[in-house]
Amino acid sequence: MDLRLSDAVASPAVQEAVAAVLAEHTRATGDVVREHAYFTDSGHAARDRRHLLLPALHAVMDAEGWISPGALNHLARVLSVPPADVYGVATFYAMLVVEPRAPHVVHVCDDIACGPNGGEEIAARLTTELGPEGKGDDACWVRSPCLGLCERAPAVLLQRAGRPDVSIAPATAEAATAELAAPVEERPAADRAFDDTSVSVPQTAGDRAGLRLLRRIGLVDPESVDDYRAHGGYTALRRAVELGPTRVIKEVTDSALTGRGGAAFPTGVKWDGVARAPERPHYLVCNADESEPGTFKDRVLMESDPFGLVEAMTIAGYATGCERGYLYIRGEYPLATRRLQHAIEAARARGYLGADVLGAGFTFDIELRRGAGAYICGEETALLNSLEGLRGEPRNKPPFPSVKGLFGKPTVINNVETLYNVLEVLAVGGPAFASIGGDRSTGTKLFCVAGAVSTPGVYEVDFGTTLRELLMLAGGVRGELRAVLLGGAAGGFVTPDQLDVPLTLEGTRGIGATLGSGVVLAIDTAADVPAMLRRIAAFFRDESCGQCVPCRVGTVRQEEALARLVRGAPLGSRATELALLDDLAKVMQDASICGLGHTAPAAVKSALALGLLDPPTSTNGRAR
Amino acid sequence: MTITEPVLLGGIRRLVTLTVDGTEVRVPEGATILDAMPDGDTPTLCWAPNLNPINACRVCVVEVEGSRVLVPSCARKAEDGMVVNTDSERVRHSRRMVLELLASSTDMSQASPDVQRWMDEYGVDAERYGPPAPPADDRDTRHAGHHHTPDGTTAETVAQPVKIDNDLYVRDYSRCIMCYKCVKACGTDAQFTFAISAAGRGFDARIATEMNNPLPDSACVYCGNCIGVCPTGALKSVSEHELREAGDWHPEEETVTTTICSFCGVGCNLELHVQQGQIVNVTSPSDHSVTHGHLCIKGRFGFQHVQNLPEERRG
Ligand SMILES: Cc1cc2nc3c(=O)[nH]c(=O)nc-3n(C[C@H](O)[C@H](O)[C@H](O)COP(=O)(O)O)c2cc1C
Ligand code: SF4
Ligand code: SF4
Ligand code: SF4
Ligand code: FES
Ligand code: FES
Repeated sequence: MDLRLSDAVASPAVQEAVAAVLAEHTRATGDVVREHAYFTDSGHAARDRRHLLLPALHAVMDAEGWISPGALNHLARVLSVPPADVYGVATFYAMLVVEPRAPHVVHVCDDIACGPNGGEEIAARLTTELGPEGKGDDACWVRSPCLGLCERAPAVLLQRAGRPDVSIAPATAEAATAELAAPVEERPAADRAFDDTSVSVPQTAGDRAGLRLLRRIGLVDPESVDDYRAHGGYTALRRAVELGPTRVIKEVTDSALTGRGGAAFPTGVKWDGVARAPERPHYLVCNADESEPGTFKDRVLMESDPFGLVEAMTIAGYATGCERGYLYIRGEYPLATRRLQHAIEAARARGYLGADVLGAGFTFDIELRRGAGAYICGEETALLNSLEGLRGEPRNKPPFPSVKGLFGKPTVINNVETLYNVLEVLAVGGPAFASIGGDRSTGTKLFCVAGAVSTPGVYEVDFGTTLRELLMLAGGVRGELRAVLLGGAAGGFVTPDQLDVPLTLEGTRGIGATLGSGVVLAIDTAADVPAMLRRIAAFFRDESCGQCVPCRVGTVRQEEALARLVRGAPLGSRATELALLDDLAKVMQDASICGLGHTAPAAVKSALALGLLDPPTSTNGRAR
Repeated sequence: MTITEPVLLGGIRRLVTLTVDGTEVRVPEGATILDAMPDGDTPTLCWAPNLNPINACRVCVVEVEGSRVLVPSCARKAEDGMVVNTDSERVRHSRRMVLELLASSTDMSQASPDVQRWMDEYGVDAERYGPPAPPADDRDTRHAGHHHTPDGTTAETVAQPVKIDNDLYVRDYSRCIMCYKCVKACGTDAQFTFAISAAGRGFDARIATEMNNPLPDSACVYCGNCIGVCPTGALKSVSEHELREAGDWHPEEETVTTTICSFCGVGCNLELHVQQGQIVNVTSPSDHSVTHGHLCIKGRFGFQHVQNLPEERRG
């Protein structure tokens, strides 16, 4: 079938940028990309190009600042993707635009940690400086959900055509405009603010006792493979090769390591399933899409110890028989992306990746892929679709990815933190790992502590540490504690009388809460809890992929009902609104396709149950 | 339909036995839970017999023992020993809410009589979300991840102007429930033209051509297969649209005549839908072995020459 395209032609800059993506893919992977002027939806020839659609869309954005009709035609032709599909994919992502826009964009986080902590002021200042949201010739600003920099709130991200993206946090409107005007540098000046790791990982400023996953942070040079080796790097991989794949999986199974991405699935079981799958090839995917509001632990690990992830992925690939791993990192993490890209290149140059890793006779290599602004792409099957160049819509399960994953092949998907734990499992052995904590909660856990605490940051503690101890570790609560948001937007609230809950999967479940992605957001009595809930409801409405009715329409109705409730303007009575919210919660939890819909009502439900949304008189009573 | 005898579909298939609402049912391996339903009256919207399961609308959900959440009966394969409950409180609630959420946001007035009946049976009350918001003219250009904060005084809807950009069919997306059937019919499941795709995200998701181009500038070949599968009347022939607009649409008087398309040698079955002596639509049965319900532009729209209309009613 021939493509039918309009007459619009891509600029030479766009054509070059797209050609560079194809060339880079060939260079990095050895895959030959054929260019045809035909397409089929299912043929192998088309599949081996369509997966380059998202990288190519990024390249077009970087070249021109938007996806023009000519660029769209060009992508359709070069990648053999129907133009309507290119459009469908491009309009799925918040970082891509299909209408002309200023080439330099400041994404201002107005989410739960930043909004009340300077984010709104930045938005107001930029409105004066640059114009209303989304408007401006050379530069504009737009609102953004959590940028994964909450410990440094408020945060902004500069997305700039023709030069590297950078994060600024803590940010001011002045810092953002200054960076917009700054000359292009090899190493963006804004990156230097992240050199002092004790800001994000306060424990590295102390005696470092108990640090395992964070052990190298602040000590190791994130850009040097030699320094990584000098700090114990690549001993775990050597150990893995000594053990052989089967025994590596046994150690991981013995460690009782559970996934840190939110679902807490036993990693050993997942690995074993893929390792045994007769169908080939197997694929490894590292889920570094970290977009749950309040979560920033994976970013910190990747920024400060990138080789650790490269090594851990290599071990996972070796154990499960994968020759290729995809590292899918959220599009809003420019520094971590740069560091990882560099680490992958450096590892490849030294024979730690490639055809004969360590001379041990196995092949493994990593391809880095950037997301483009879609929380849903952290859901594992949406992530697979995104990698394949489709819209990031979750798939129906079963079949699970370990049976039918990337390109229909058996696929291991693991979270970043899960993979760093594998290094520890190999260092100490499965049983020793399992001796910390208990049940399904073994080893150490990273928590993203932010909000009303003295020293926000990523903290590593043994499973079983209580919430109170964790808050003390973060310097204690600033002001009077009203509640803690545990587990992120998809989690729920706990109250000051529940601070002795042990932070384990079992302990939090016991009080009807969840660890989720490790978010611990402290909320003081001065905080505007209704506004926070409305932000969470808006988040789910924005981030729903739109595929299934319960979530697509349910998140809209939830946001509307909450708005009425908070404004004290219910339809009917407060009781009818509460019943409506309950009806919505049930259908979203029961009948949605994926975890986004299942958890979209969680925070609202929890706040209502704890009386955090009661009319002012009674809330005052409760807070004291 | 209770399948108790082996059904042989192209070769011998193993049977699986499951329990549906307390009754044992045997279906061939590979059949879905929906295939095993006893009474054949499970509500469905995104499912069609001539398309692969899409699994988007979730109106067909059932409870399966051992599963934390409800499962889509149209897409989930039946397994040995599965215990299925199709009429529990949870199932009824979810079905009602799916229909209610759709009815509160979408014009369902031209959906099939089955849909109207399900809405009654499950007790849909679309009004409890507040008065519908006025039609929007920006639904084609909304940006993923951004929306205006609502105050909740009105219920947001997908209401928007009808798209009339060609002589053969109209796209009235105020009626679109995003079932993806048209996309599948245009793409991998029938036509392989790929003229349309889902675009945008979340509640702002929509069916679109590239850059929202009018259909004549898209890859569309006017096979009308998208019309054939659309469950809500969002896609319909210009002839039907005009008659409805003129208040001259009389489905109760419609007769259906079956014939065979004479344009080429394939032999597609045609069903001519006739109102007031005039062909208003052409379809093909979804279980027809040649067409599976799908046609081409000639069979679907090329009926003008057989119309023997008085001068004043010719187009
Ligand atoms: C809406 C949604 C977003 C998710 N986002 C992430 C994410 O950003 N990172 C992640 O590792 N897992 C995320 N998950 C969980 C993944 O689906 C999957 O369970 C996980 O990557 C598996 O890795 P693990 O077993 O190592 O935890 C998300 C799940 C849902 C439903
Ligand atoms: S639950 Fe929401 S995010 Fe998940 S598939 Fe359905 S619409 Fe998409
Ligand atoms: S008429 Fe045919 S080609 Fe045109 S959009 Fe519909 S299914 Fe696709
Ligand atoms: S136009 Fe019709 S077939 Fe297409 S998605 Fe909408 S309701 Fe479904
Ligand atoms: S970075 Fe702003 S809320 Fe997380
Ligand atoms: S009919 Fe089963 S999900 Fe739509």
